[in-house]
Amino acid sequence: MQESAAFTPQFAASTITGLLWLIPAMPMIASGVIALLKQPRRKTAASLAIGSLSISLMLSLVAFCHVVAGWAHGSVVREFVNFTWFRFGTSTVDLGWILDPLAAIMLVMVSFVGLLIFIYSVGYMAHDENFTRFFCFMSLFAGAMLGVVISNSLLLLFMCWEIVGLTSYLLIGFWYQKPSPAAAAKKAFVTTRVGDIFFLLGIVWLYSQTGTLLFYNHGVGSLEGLALVNLLSQHAGLGLSAAGAIGLLIFAGAAGKSGQLPLHVWLPDAMEGPTPVSALIHAATMVAAGVYLVARVYPLMQIGAAPHGTTAALTVVTWVGASTAVFAALIAVAQNDIKRILAYSTISQLGYMMAGLGLGGVAVGMFHLITHAFFKALLFLGAGSVIHGCHEEQDIRRMGGLRSDMPLTFLTYAIGMLALCGFPLLFSGFWSKDGILEAAKHWDISKGPFYLLVFGALLTAFYMTRQVCYVFFGHWRGHETAHESPKVMTLPLAILAFFTIALGVIGTPAWPWFHAFLENRTASFSWHGFAEPGLLQLMLASSLVVFLGLGLGWRLYGDKSPKPEAPDALERSAPWLWAPLRDRLYVDELYGVTVIAFYAWWARVADWLDHRIWGGIVAAIAWLFGLWARFNRFLDVNWVDGGFDKTCEELSSGGGLLSRLEGGRVQNYLRILAAAVVALVAMLIWSSRP
Amino acid sequence: MNVVFYLLAALTIGGGLAAVLLKHLVHCALATTVAFAGLALLFLQLDAQFAGFAQILVYIGAVAILIVFAILLTRGSELPKGGVFSPSWFVGLVIAAGIFAVLAWAVLESVRAVPQQTAIPDVTVRDIGNALVGRYVLPLEIVALLLTAATIGAVIVAMHEKERPKP
Amino acid sequence: MTTPLAGYLLVAALLFAIGLAGALVRRNAILVLIGIELMLNAANLNLIAFWRFGPHPEALTGMMFAIFSIAVAAAEAAVGLGLVISIYRHTNITELDKINRMKG
Repeated sequence: MQESAAFTPQFAASTITGLLWLIPAMPMIASGVIALLKQPRRKTAASLAIGSLSISLMLSLVAFCHVVAGWAHGSVVREFVNFTWFRFGTSTVDLGWILDPLAAIMLVMVSFVGLLIFIYSVGYMAHDENFTRFFCFMSLFAGAMLGVVISNSLLLLFMCWEIVGLTSYLLIGFWYQKPSPAAAAKKAFVTTRVGDIFFLLGIVWLYSQTGTLLFYNHGVGSLEGLALVNLLSQHAGLGLSAAGAIGLLIFAGAAGKSGQLPLHVWLPDAMEGPTPVSALIHAATMVAAGVYLVARVYPLMQIGAAPHGTTAALTVVTWVGASTAVFAALIAVAQNDIKRILAYSTISQLGYMMAGLGLGGVAVGMFHLITHAFFKALLFLGAGSVIHGCHEEQDIRRMGGLRSDMPLTFLTYAIGMLALCGFPLLFSGFWSKDGILEAAKHWDISKGPFYLLVFGALLTAFYMTRQVCYVFFGHWRGHETAHESPKVMTLPLAILAFFTIALGVIGTPAWPWFHAFLENRTASFSWHGFAEPGLLQLMLASSLVVFLGLGLGWRLYGDKSPKPEAPDALERSAPWLWAPLRDRLYVDELYGVTVIAFYAWWARVADWLDHRIWGGIVAAIAWLFGLWARFNRFLDVNWVDGGFDKTCEELSSGGGLLSRLEGGRVQNYLRILAAAVVALVAMLIWSSRP
Repeated sequence: MNVVFYLLAALTIGGGLAAVLLKHLVHCALATTVAFAGLALLFLQLDAQFAGFAQILVYIGAVAILIVFAILLTRGSELPKGGVFSPSWFVGLVIAAGIFAVLAWAVLESVRAVPQQTAIPDVTVRDIGNALVGRYVLPLEIVALLLTAATIGAVIVAMHEKERPKP
Repeated sequence: MTTPLAGYLLVAALLFAIGLAGALVRRNAILVLIGIELMLNAANLNLIAFWRFGPHPEALTGMMFAIFSIAVAAAEAAVGLGLVISIYRHTNITELDKINRMKG
């Protein structure tokens, strides 16, 4: 956790940086084209997806080589391209992408692992009728994840983050016709949403304080000197500076995506998706996006720390990570679904990564992320191969003896499992986990995380041994015979296994190339790396812990083949421990009682409001209108019509009256005439009197 | 005013009254004839000889006969059932009395403006003939047309209709 | 009867009133026509009286008027009685108060 040396930034963007946007764009375009394909064209879809991701991989490799070349020359490589998205008033909203060591490494890892998993999926999803839809979504995911990696703007990162979440939802619920995948997808989306709300708050706060969302922008970016000092000086209550508070809000978003303790509940359920999805999204890349995010905004979280001290934000990150590591490992001990064990293992390892970031800095956490990506993808793909070979069986109690039936799968799976446990020296997992343990040991705030992480290592070894014994040792307890998977599935396994071993080389204390690369130092190979005080003791101690876990597991589960219905060995010896662990320490139930119950109650209240109050108002208005209509009708019938009718009646009866004058009797007429004459003459005479 | 005048006046008025009051229609027709005669004599007394003789010729010689014919043709000799006077005869009487009252009033009011005695006019038939084809030729022709039309009209009105076949 | 003219005029007026009374009071149609003839005659008497006692009797105006009146009265009597006969032929009625088919 060292403060970076004075920067001599290199601002000139090279060609590759100018073309960097192609890396996420190619898979996204491929996804769009696949979506528009008329009929399900499997070959076209698969080739588009794999082809676009290969191009991205090649471009990532070119970028990586460029950065390595820059690093080898001793300069700090941080090239970025920013552009304005829109203006309002005098403020602007900018987006951009960046190429620096952190981004370069992630680019290569994501595109390489992604490409291997795509190739694997061609074999795994061969029998599924929604083949093209699968590749469409996977391509979109790959593009969005690469977008998260290269973005230089918190806003662009958030947008790609959301697309990643969307594709995760779509892929978890890939078999949406069944109820459990649909529910799992919804759970994943809602839980990560909770984290994303805090993330968004952090973004808004950061923008309002610094006026920019770009990370690096010629000295005025939000992660650069001026802005950081500004943020540090603002106080946000609870003893935090604005920087720390914003950092914690962003960490909340990362916690949702990366399955840290209170928001981890979606990850095990996400195993309802197809296995390549679990491998790519929920092991190697998407869940790592949270860790990557914390690494990206690390300057924000670290600012204000005294030398050999730490900030409040990083302390929170560490404790959350360490507790997640142990919590998930405990639950993994008592699960029976092969993928669920791996899911809890992923949560646990994500806790390790977060703790590594908090304890030891960006390089420590990121190294474990990279190694974990490879061996966890390997383990998931291997599990997929096992499931495929056992005819879609996923319960480990119904497997067994696959060591002989599926040798290649067993070999690669064993390599991954040992790397995960941290088997000393040979496997990359050992070196990355040890880096974290060493940083924990030197943490001055508390030794709590150290002990937690050590305990977690013990548990990891134990439950992985249990799983491997159940699946690969003993004898076959399933229904039909198992068979090995085709080459298209076993080849990626082999490649991943190779890298699981090989990656260890670049992170040993003797040659800490990885750490030096990320921190812009030089690295040279030297055995004196091991001569650091306490390092060898630590390595020995962690190895002992691993062996202890392996031994315990072998003793309980060894080469035995318990019947599927029989209780587990641990269950027999400690049933009081077994039940809560098997029931996932009741976290889901807790949420069901509190959050979900509250939400259901609130939904009922809203429904009542809707029915009674709003519905009542609408009904009252309708009733008023009905009244008004009836009144109008009354007016119409009685006054308008009635008046008219009455007038007509009067007219006709008047006519009747008048017609009596025309009696038809001539003498009557004559009488009237004569009377009129009398009257007229009388008037005439009267008026002409003198 | 001489006695002749009163006699003639009485004759005329009596004839008129009788014509109106008698029950038997033929008696009424004959009373009318008496009234006509009285009027003709009054004309003679007024030195309108031509008018008097025309009156006798036309009224007594044609109109009265016509009336008698009509009575005969409509069985007027039978007495009607409801009586000869209409139910509202009093109203008619009142109105007639009113007419007489008004006319008499008018006459008595304006009588002072009229000269007392004038010379006897010397009118010959030749003068009347000259006037007819001279000054009054237009009314003459029109009356000729009128008489023609009346003759034809009366014939048509009173003609027996041809039997029309019933539909 | 202060003047001969007034006498004649009063006689004419009386005859007119009698004729009118007859037309109004009697039920038989022919008697109504008789009444009308009496009225016309009364008017003729008026005309001749005024001719005799008025200015310019040599203009023959009154006499001519009376002669034409007689002619017209005759024509009218003919047509009227023809109508009465025709009605009698159709309806067998001569009482006027029974004939009201022209009522409104």
